[in-house]
Amino acid sequence: MMEPQHGDRPHLPGPSLYPIAFAAGVACILVGLIVSPLIIAPIGAGIAVFFGYLWARDATKEYRRTPAPIEPEGAGTDLVTAPPPPPEAAMAEPEPGERFPRSRFLEASTLGLGAVIGGLVTIPVIGFMVVPPFKGQGYPTVDLGPLENFPEGKWLITTFAEHPDQGLVSHRTVFVRNNGLLNNEPSFTIIWNRCVHLGCPVQPNGPVQPDQKKVVTVSKIQQISLTPTLPAGGFGCPCHGGQYDPEGNRTAGPPVRALNRYNYSIVNGRLVLGTPYSVSHVDGTGKDARIHAYKLAGPGMHVDGWEQIFYPVQPPH
Amino acid sequence: MAVAPTRPKKSPGRQKLEAAVNYPLDWLEERSGLIGGLKYFLFRKVPGDTNWFQTLGSATLTAFLIQALTGTILAMYYKPDPKNAYPSIVRISNDIWGGWLVRGMHRWGASVFIILLFLHMGRVFLFGAYKYPRELNWVVGVLLLVLGMLEGFTGYLLPWDQTSYWATTVGINLNGTAPFLGPYLAQFLQGGTYIHADTLSRFYAIHMLLIPGAIFALIGLHLYLVVRLGVTSPPWSKDAAGTGPSQNGRVKKGRIGLVRPSSRRNGK
Repeated sequence: MMEPQHGDRPHLPGPSLYPIAFAAGVACILVGLIVSPLIIAPIGAGIAVFFGYLWARDATKEYRRTPAPIEPEGAGTDLVTAPPPPPEAAMAEPEPGERFPRSRFLEASTLGLGAVIGGLVTIPVIGFMVVPPFKGQGYPTVDLGPLENFPEGKWLITTFAEHPDQGLVSHRTVFVRNNGLLNNEPSFTIIWNRCVHLGCPVQPNGPVQPDQKKVVTVSKIQQISLTPTLPAGGFGCPCHGGQYDPEGNRTAGPPVRALNRYNYSIVNGRLVLGTPYSVSHVDGTGKDARIHAYKLAGPGMHVDGWEQIFYPVQPPH
Repeated sequence: MAVAPTRPKKSPGRQKLEAAVNYPLDWLEERSGLIGGLKYFLFRKVPGDTNWFQTLGSATLTAFLIQALTGTILAMYYKPDPKNAYPSIVRISNDIWGGWLVRGMHRWGASVFIILLFLHMGRVFLFGAYKYPRELNWVVGVLLLVLGMLEGFTGYLLPWDQTSYWATTVGINLNGTAPFLGPYLAQFLQGGTYIHADTLSRFYAIHMLLIPGAIFALIGLHLYLVVRLGVTSPPWSKDAAGTGPSQNGRVKKGRIGLVRPSSRRNGK
């Protein structure tokens, strides 16, 4: 016996040029997004929508055709010569109660009940998977120790545990510089070491002095380590080569904005780390820097420029 | 199958042996039809001019089964929490008898699986085997490819060393840059705003339960469609074009993945 060969059956719907024009429109959008988002991309979108519509119309031609009315068998003279028997004789008219017969009711109720039970079980389970990552997130404040440990004008690679109870996995690094007094208040630059390209740890482009490392024990489970560094060349990322100047401004490579920074406060003569925020760019340096700050966004996301429309709402973090 | 009349009669001992072997098989067949189903699957008819390249699908299936088996055994020793994950990997590799082999099979087998998947996909593409009526099977295959890559992504975190940690950081943040829902996807994947204990166990559960289950189900659908729709002839097939010598329904039996190329037999 031969297996049925389907290859020679006609392929429906027949070939048309609309999909190619549609693809050209999509390609035009993609090129336009890079070259000229305001002119070429909308033209591409127009082409894609127009030919997409034609394609869809062409492809569904067969299905949209109204079915030809079926002529009743034996229509015409037969009706005159042989009138049909009364309907009761062929099949009894269903009783009013039988419009929705018992079997149909049982069928529908079984399926419906099954769907309800399935939903009742599935929805909380899916919720259990999806909701917790978005609940109770946040950045705890971290005591980085007395201000005397941060000499003015010196960069310190400062490591700490964001959630000390979780151990090494919550190990974090920031670059801290004491900028001296600003309006009689100590001013700090605290740059988060996570690259804003894709989150790798950036390194100082300059000598690190591990022999001068200082470890401050803040609590039983929290140890702060302070290692002096001279990031004369700013910061660089080992993963994909993103480069930043000492203020965290992007100078080269794939990052789309400046390095994230941390808010801070001074409590009883101690430096306390607050919440991180995103920075598009920084004008000036040190305590005179004008920081263009934004709500914290993930790595690789634009916080300014037209590209920010792609990230309208950040999840709670 | 009818026995040819010229065949010598079987000795009583052999008859007894055959009866003993056949009894449990017949028992099972009578009550389930499984033996017949298996025979239908393994000895179904395929075109006479199938090609060695058409064994790539079975090769991919074999690679996946090896992953499933070795992964299940690895799960007996692996501990998915930040304090124990890496030490348990070290213990599997260095201390437990045979651990280096099984972990190595799983580690390298993952690459073999993906490579075979792509070769199989290339074969289907170049043979035009994705065309009517097999489009749905192509779609199922693409879903299997995506799930296979997700297996790679989630499995990469499990050794919990520097490579896994930062590679997964990059991978998650890469997802995060997708427009609109990207940030939510990233936070969902890592079970919070950063990689932590929950991320590891989450990836572990996805890697060893969720996705393999889906892959098994889709492989079942994939094979069902292969059996239902039949195997395509190669594009150079004279049989399929109706000009070959092996017309008139002359086809050859073969096992899935063990079809023999028959170009020589066809006198080409």
